[in-house]
Amino acid sequence: MVFIDLLKETLWSLTGNKVRSSLTILGIIIGIASVITMVAIGQGAQKSIAASIESIGSNLILIQPGSERIGGVSQGGGSSQTLTMEDADAIKNEVPNVKAVAPAVTTRKQATANGNNTNTQIIGSTTDYTTVRNVTIDTGSFFTDQQIASSAKVAVLGPTVRDDLFGANANPIGQYIKINNVQFQVIGMTVSKGGTGFSNQDDVIYIPITSAEHYIVGETTYVNNISVSAVDQTSLDSVQSQISDLLLARHKISDPTQADFSLINQSDIIATASSVTGTFTTLLASIAGISLLVGGIGIMNMMLTTVTERTREIGLRKAVGIKKTYINMQFLSEAVVLTFLGGVAGVILGMIASRVVTYFVSSLTTSISLSAILLAFGVSAGVGIIFGFYPARRAANLSPIEALRYE
Amino acid sequence: MINCKNLTKIYHNGDVETVALNDVSFQIEKGEFVSIIGPSGSGKSTLMHILGALDTPTSGQYHLDGKEVSRLNDDELSDLRKNKIGFVFQSFNLLPRTTVLRNVMLPLLYTDSTGEEREKRARESLKYAGMEENKFMNLSNQLSGGQMQRVAIARSLINNPSIILADEPTGNLDTKTSHLVMKAFQELNDKGHTIILITHEMDVADYANRIIHIRDGNIEKDAPNKPNDHIIA
Repeated sequence: MVFIDLLKETLWSLTGNKVRSSLTILGIIIGIASVITMVAIGQGAQKSIAASIESIGSNLILIQPGSERIGGVSQGGGSSQTLTMEDADAIKNEVPNVKAVAPAVTTRKQATANGNNTNTQIIGSTTDYTTVRNVTIDTGSFFTDQQIASSAKVAVLGPTVRDDLFGANANPIGQYIKINNVQFQVIGMTVSKGGTGFSNQDDVIYIPITSAEHYIVGETTYVNNISVSAVDQTSLDSVQSQISDLLLARHKISDPTQADFSLINQSDIIATASSVTGTFTTLLASIAGISLLVGGIGIMNMMLTTVTERTREIGLRKAVGIKKTYINMQFLSEAVVLTFLGGVAGVILGMIASRVVTYFVSSLTTSISLSAILLAFGVSAGVGIIFGFYPARRAANLSPIEALRYE
Repeated sequence: MINCKNLTKIYHNGDVETVALNDVSFQIEKGEFVSIIGPSGSGKSTLMHILGALDTPTSGQYHLDGKEVSRLNDDELSDLRKNKIGFVFQSFNLLPRTTVLRNVMLPLLYTDSTGEEREKRARESLKYAGMEENKFMNLSNQLSGGQMQRVAIARSLINNPSIILADEPTGNLDTKTSHLVMKAFQELNDKGHTIILITHEMDVADYANRIIHIRDGNIEKDAPNKPNDHIIA
């Protein structure tokens, strides 16, 4: 009976001043909802960043030339020319557990067609590039080994380039484009990988590596990067260290700190990105947490006002023999019920807000985890107990004589 | 059944000592109707608080039903108030926007009794105190002063207490209603209830069978009283 009595008394007192109770609950609703929404945005960002990194390739190790030093001044990573086609061949032939190796020559050029033009990235590579970088063909085909051998003037377009040069939904296959005043025939188009702005992986034209060397960047045996795909996730580390050893030996460098190339593997990038977005999520959640704290203070304020207003009633309850403990429990339960109701409504509002964010900013897919919801409930109940504790104790410790006399 | 021996209560307010009760001794037997009368500051309120187990004396003994009360702790005092003492206050002290029935059931909160039991007892108590049944579901603030005090009396009776302590029960009522409420107390006394009335009005004290005059913390006079038949103006 104690529990039912407690609940009835709590509801009686909360419905006694509906406006005040609702306003106080509103504080908690806003607090909880903003925590839920902020965490959902953070976790959504984390997922979408991890997904876009994964779309770069599978079990990928990226080898880039080291930074060139001119008079002791670093020119930035990838600025020197140290990697060659032979390095790529050596990796493919000598390192075990390598699925595919794709050396690439990259540059930015103006491409034109039908009077339209676009400045885009040109990637000259081999057929393995599709495997290593998860490039999927939408229509047409990727170039073949024969076309590489013959330096064929063929090109595969990313969807963004197609849109820019031929317009959306146009079929570019068989059409001609000009890069560096050399005419290339379009033989395929890739499936969109997503991504926007600087990381747009769809704003690209793929051509055979030999063609890039002959017609675009000039005769060279150097490549801009080599992408290696390991057979599986577990062999990634060993493949990476073997590539490093092999290249050090081939470049005749004895001190690994002086290496003229750098290796990055995909899981490192994901780990780094996750830790960045994790920090970002924590930051957002802490800002939202402040509003929850303010909501909690609102609860305390209301409870203190209530205790003062109901002093005589508390005195009466004590006079008719209701024990201190029950008075304490009753006021505490009022605070907890308030925050709990606020918590429920806050979670619902947070879910709606997350949907709304996703609806308006489509690139930001929010995701609400069960742990975020449980945390929100835990925190709101905790806020109720912490901020209800002092007012409840004050009520319980009132002297019945003083309380009955209170005007 | 009430036995007070050498009750002394001293209040400390900073360095100032106030002696509210000075070595007061008296006894009240079961079934008595006693008025404790005195001007304000006489110590009658302090005496009521001690008799009502709301406060404990600085020294001396207070036995209620053979039990020593003056050294009980807070929870024990609560239990004693719940089971042995019914309070009726000057300002009624009913819960606002709450039905008459719920008000009367208040002392049964957090006990093991079921809702039906409570309601049954509350109804009996209200009838006993002379409330009309069609008012049971009214909200407390829709009642007249006299009706409110009847509800308060019903509330004080619900646990079948050893004594009913009434603190200026007519202080907020007009003469006519006061008379009705005092008549109600007399009826309760006729049914065997022990009633202690605290007041500063001789008219009100006069309904009792014994009057204890208190002044400056001492009993000035303790004498039986023959209630006059009060004529309603």
